[in-house]
Amino acid sequence: MEQLINLKETELCLGLPGGPDPVETPTKSCLRNKRGFSEIVELKLGLHSTKEGSVDLNVAGAPKEKTLHKDPSKPPAKAQVVGWPPVRNYRKSVMTHQKCSEVEEASSDRGGGTVAFVKVSMDGAPYLRKVDLKMYKSYKELSDALAKMFSSFTMGSYGAQGMIDFMNESKVMDLVNSSDYVPSYEDKDGDWMLVGDVPWPMFIESCKRLRIMKGSEAIGLAPRAMQKCKNRF
Amino acid sequence: MPEDDEDQSPPSDLRSQPPCSPNKSRNCISSSSSQTFPDHVLENVLENVLQFLDSRCDRNAASLVCKLWWKVEGLTRSEVFIGNCYALSPARLTQRFKRVRSLLLKGKPRFADFNLMPPDWGANFAPWVSTMAKAYPWLEKVDLKRMFVTDDDLALLAESFPGFKELVLVCCEGFGTSGIAVVANKCRKLKVLDLIESEVTDDEVDWVSCFPEDVTCLESLAFDCVEAPINFKALEGLVGRSPSLRKLRLNRFVSLEELRRLLLLGAPQLTSLGTGSFSRGDQSDEQGPPDYAAAFRACKSVVCLSGFRELMPEYLPAILPVCANLTSLNFSYANISPDMFKPIIHSCHKLQIFWALDSICDEGLQAVAATCKELRELRIFPFDPREDSEGPVSELGLQAISEGCRKLESLLYFCQRMTNAALIAMSHNCPELTVFRLCIMGRHRPDHVTGKAMDEGFGAIVKNCKKLTRLAVSGLLTDQAFRYMGEYGKLIRTLSVAFAGDSDMALRHVLEGCPRLQKLEIRDSPFGDVALRSGMHRYYNMRFVWMSACSLSMGCCKDVARAMPNLVVEVIGSDDDDENREFVDTLYMYRSLDGPRKDAPQFVTIL
Repeated sequence: MEQLINLKETELCLGLPGGPDPVETPTKSCLRNKRGFSEIVELKLGLHSTKEGSVDLNVAGAPKEKTLHKDPSKPPAKAQVVGWPPVRNYRKSVMTHQKCSEVEEASSDRGGGTVAFVKVSMDGAPYLRKVDLKMYKSYKELSDALAKMFSSFTMGSYGAQGMIDFMNESKVMDLVNSSDYVPSYEDKDGDWMLVGDVPWPMFIESCKRLRIMKGSEAIGLAPRAMQKCKNRF
Repeated sequence: MPEDDEDQSPPSDLRSQPPCSPNKSRNCISSSSSQTFPDHVLENVLENVLQFLDSRCDRNAASLVCKLWWKVEGLTRSEVFIGNCYALSPARLTQRFKRVRSLLLKGKPRFADFNLMPPDWGANFAPWVSTMAKAYPWLEKVDLKRMFVTDDDLALLAESFPGFKELVLVCCEGFGTSGIAVVANKCRKLKVLDLIESEVTDDEVDWVSCFPEDVTCLESLAFDCVEAPINFKALEGLVGRSPSLRKLRLNRFVSLEELRRLLLLGAPQLTSLGTGSFSRGDQSDEQGPPDYAAAFRACKSVVCLSGFRELMPEYLPAILPVCANLTSLNFSYANISPDMFKPIIHSCHKLQIFWALDSICDEGLQAVAATCKELRELRIFPFDPREDSEGPVSELGLQAISEGCRKLESLLYFCQRMTNAALIAMSHNCPELTVFRLCIMGRHRPDHVTGKAMDEGFGAIVKNCKKLTRLAVSGLLTDQAFRYMGEYGKLIRTLSVAFAGDSDMALRHVLEGCPRLQKLEIRDSPFGDVALRSGMHRYYNMRFVWMSACSLSMGCCKDVARAMPNLVVEVIGSDDDDENREFVDTLYMYRSLDGPRKDAPQFVTIL
């Protein structure tokens, strides 16, 4: 039984259904509002279907603005416009926070796409960093990035081995016996594992936080991690 | 509080080729013909003289005298101002100026603050810091506005400049508390760490504890925009061991009680204080409410007060002891009613700078007008920044201010209702106005009494305020308003236009008039190709032109780009590659000595 699927209707977007040209406008507004997510919600929920037609209030709307002029007694359109009134996001978020008196989400969302930020701590470093795992495609890339990030704290030996070849038990034992740093991570079960045991995509899904520890401290992890790994396969 | 743009320099000082040598009979003791003194002696003499020149304008002028002066000026300039980070490359900076100790760098155009530009557009600090790390190891001061700065950039800065003293980040983003921690930890000579209206991610780092443990050189610490809790004990310790601390601006995670403790530690030296949340935590009052006024009484030197991020109004009277001394007061994050406000402002006779929310109403503004005779700068922000909000301030407040505060120089005013009469009155009463920015929040709103356009009001402002350098217009405006601007706006350098004008003529008036125009930002106005072409004789003399949601065609933009090779013409659009779009979304163009940038993202097309 074949049904004609209206692809446009199933397309995901941030707009309300219905209204004139619902598909066209959200993408444009979305782009402009990638930064301020709360603005997107505010924009969309504030919409009415006005006579002015599409709520796409950018370029194409300019000539429509002209018709507004000719009749000053007509009340202005109720739809909120991007970036108007010109109050900085920072100020707006402070005011919103005060009004709602809720804790606002940290504005570290850059770009609105799916991100997978995890905290990275390194034994001995005074502060931790955050990485977006989705930015990397392999353990090697992550390893390089971490090495750069914490290069000022290592003796230069981190990353020399790259990610360990997990199946090779002797290599693992070599590594944890040295004074090199090894990366470990906390997975969804709350267990601390050595990085490198699962395929990369699975790693991104299950990693909750990273800790770069001295090889000697990782001894306890290795056998357990290998045990877990053996059980999986 | 963030400064306004102040730029007076043309780009001439940064050209790679020195000017052609003028005739030798001029005052320059040039090297070639009559060699009475060896070159290096002349250079030394010149160097010793030129080092006293501070002003950018003077230095730019000096560098045009002849090759020798050009060279020596380049050696002696220690403070460099770059109004647009894409106007030149970092390499050119380091080639031209050899001994820079202080850099002021500006990135994104102002309209980026209002979501009119997609993120990741550029303005990265990274290439600048990496180039300067090698060229200027003696660098002491970096002041950035609207730049994208990463933690790694901050780390590199902290590692590369052992004598680093001042870091000021205004409206920047891209970094977090971990970057601040590195700066705090490694810049042992740090005097100033000012984070102003920047987006700082919370990396859960205790950056306050990262300051070195001995006595610090700190003079100014501003972190009111950091949206992350801090280690108060560490802060107390830091304040206790910073005897030079004069300016301290706390974030909203510092409670009233903690503020009190800090003030009792270091109040007498402080000249500028940001109060943090100004609300109590959940502590119960053991012996009745603490005496916060006593803490403020200790602030004998405080002249600048801000903060009040989560104000509990019943405690506001605690600041009364300092009011008489205040020259600057920022209430712009505090929702204060007129009744609460009036007793406070009544004591602020010396006030020169005042920022507030419109919650103080016309009544509050009348109180300001009655008391603050020394007022130079007024900014009224909307508590409810939406087009159809109530708008508790109006022409009444503005009229009162114009009558009471005759020395006013700078105004930013958000409202919903305005009249031409009030603007005309202000134009007569306040001849010192240099900055006039009025935002009537409802678009295309006419004079709400007469129903006419706001042309005459703005016309009066440009005509009578002879010192006006910055203007932002709003409300219902016809081409006539722009005719006034072009004719009378002789000193206008920055012009902001939104939802205004009827036709190309409006923009033509401005581009064919306004001889000093440097920065032009326009949105949602019916200006098209004819208008754009009418300005081609002057785009090289401007810092930038921004036009978004206007009626410009791609063809015309390409023509401009072709005709003006030293102009970078960026078309910033949405991601649909629709070649049939009638109009360009956003045009951002600026002069550049080094051609188009290499780091433009996908959504930017450089013509």
